[in-house]
Amino acid sequence: MTWEIVIGLETHTQLATKSKIFSGASTAFGAAANTQASLIDLALPGVLPVLNKGAVECAIRFGLAVEATVAEKSAFARKHYFYPDLPKGYQISQLESPIVQGGHLDIMVGQGEKSYEKRIRLTRAHLEEDAGKSLHEDFHGKSGIDLNRAGTALLEIVSEPDMRSAEEAVAYAKALHTLVRWIGICDGNMQEGSFRCDANVSVRRPGAPLGTRREIKNLNSFRYLKEAIEFETRWQIETLEDGGQFEQATVLFDPATGETRAMRSKEDAHDYRYFPDPDLLPLLVSADWIEREQTALPELPAAKRQRFISDYGLSAYDAAILTASLEMADYFEAAVRASIPAAAKLCANWVMVDLAARLKREDREISEAAVNATQLGGLVMRIMDGTISNAIGKKVFDALWAGEGSDADEIIEKHGLRQITDSGAIEGLVDEALSANPVSVSEYKAGKEKAFNALVGQVMKAAKGKANPQQVTELLRQKLASG
Amino acid sequence: MSLTLLEIEHIARLARLEITPAEVETACWQLNGIFSLIEALQAVDTAGIEPKTHVHDAWQRLRADEVTYRDEDGAVRDLLQSIAPDAENGLYLVPKVIE
Repeated sequence: MTWEIVIGLETHTQLATKSKIFSGASTAFGAAANTQASLIDLALPGVLPVLNKGAVECAIRFGLAVEATVAEKSAFARKHYFYPDLPKGYQISQLESPIVQGGHLDIMVGQGEKSYEKRIRLTRAHLEEDAGKSLHEDFHGKSGIDLNRAGTALLEIVSEPDMRSAEEAVAYAKALHTLVRWIGICDGNMQEGSFRCDANVSVRRPGAPLGTRREIKNLNSFRYLKEAIEFETRWQIETLEDGGQFEQATVLFDPATGETRAMRSKEDAHDYRYFPDPDLLPLLVSADWIEREQTALPELPAAKRQRFISDYGLSAYDAAILTASLEMADYFEAAVRASIPAAAKLCANWVMVDLAARLKREDREISEAAVNATQLGGLVMRIMDGTISNAIGKKVFDALWAGEGSDADEIIEKHGLRQITDSGAIEGLVDEALSANPVSVSEYKAGKEKAFNALVGQVMKAAKGKANPQQVTELLRQKLASG
Repeated sequence: MSLTLLEIEHIARLARLEITPAEVETACWQLNGIFSLIEALQAVDTAGIEPKTHVHDAWQRLRADEVTYRDEDGAVRDLLQSIAPDAENGLYLVPKVIE
């Protein structure tokens, strides 16, 4: 009998606000310890939190982007637990009336023919504050506490248990990661902890009620997310098949061993004694405000993907790759604008293959590309109109990357790369190649097709790659057939 | 509704309060006294009244997203840490907490 895997994700996204959610301290990463911890973040007696408008804006935008209900009225609650990096002894969060309710995210799972689309429902997304950091290196047997992160605005995004494999969970996490960066509410930097996932995992027989779940905490890379879920589901299935049982628990993933292990004892752990925070009045979000955010929202990934398919004739796969980030999508469209709409497919190839490879090799972001979209569009245009071949295009691209000219035309002129289309000139080169390679000629006539390619190669070599390949092929065929 | 001695001990543990058995008895008696007041409140017919999360009839004021607290040289931090039980390299030191 088979098992069905059930996964729901809770994702903590650090919002891209300059200041904290309830204080005016900076949220910049990497400052000296505790220099961005204000009296409010330290929970000194008598201080009062004041809500950051920017954080609310981020939440509204997210709600609109996932077609959720943005609550007109929401409230903040205190969630109590003891830990030294939580100075107040409670975290300000939202419980009964979160700002974002419902919504969904459509994801693409897998690649190529086996890929499929799936809708993942969202339960909610709520505003809350981040905790500080505990450092456990040796301080004479003590722990060090840095409260710079304490009070950083978070949007916790909770999905329904709609995912059925580690692959789907990763696809959802990636789609969410793309979206929060796309709408500018989170920088998505996973190394710095801006985007962290908790995975709730359980297994059941198909059709049975939900099994006991275990929550894997703090997964800060897509690879760890996948490995942790795969290990956890294997462990749960093996335990149950051996006739064992396990309790609901919170577990940690150890990247070094690839294993999960139980963390807290369940007793008392989830008794957070929530109650409405008397320091904060309820939050009112007007219809006008929501309307303004809706207007400011960029075209979203799913809509752009559809438009790339219908307007430019791209495949669903290409469209998905080009909408992996807003920067990439914008680059592609700017390149198309600098050429012609008919060149869209060629532009897509150049962005996805040549540009992407170059960026990867130099470990650069697309915003740091040494060839801008207008330059690439100009280059593609010269391939489209036959001025240069695709192979010469790669040389032009390299030269542009090295800063040897301001546009493709300048490089083509400077290096004399214009394609030879004069049939008289090509005919001369073909004749030379035929007389210089009698062996290849006789091999071809004996039926060896490879010999033909060798002859094309000789002509192209003599032309320094600039002869129009189609013309060369045609002329060679004619000459060999007649001679 | 009334609280039992076991529940009092549980709440005390959650709140990290150390209380003696005699104090548990006192707390139980006192808290149950408060509950009787709450029962009186709950007897009021509130049908059709929207629940409130705050006693004031007002909405949360918002502040602009601006950095208004600065301590780049750590002067405020050092002052605060001078009254902390223990600190080193700009960090507050606490008894080791790791699971």
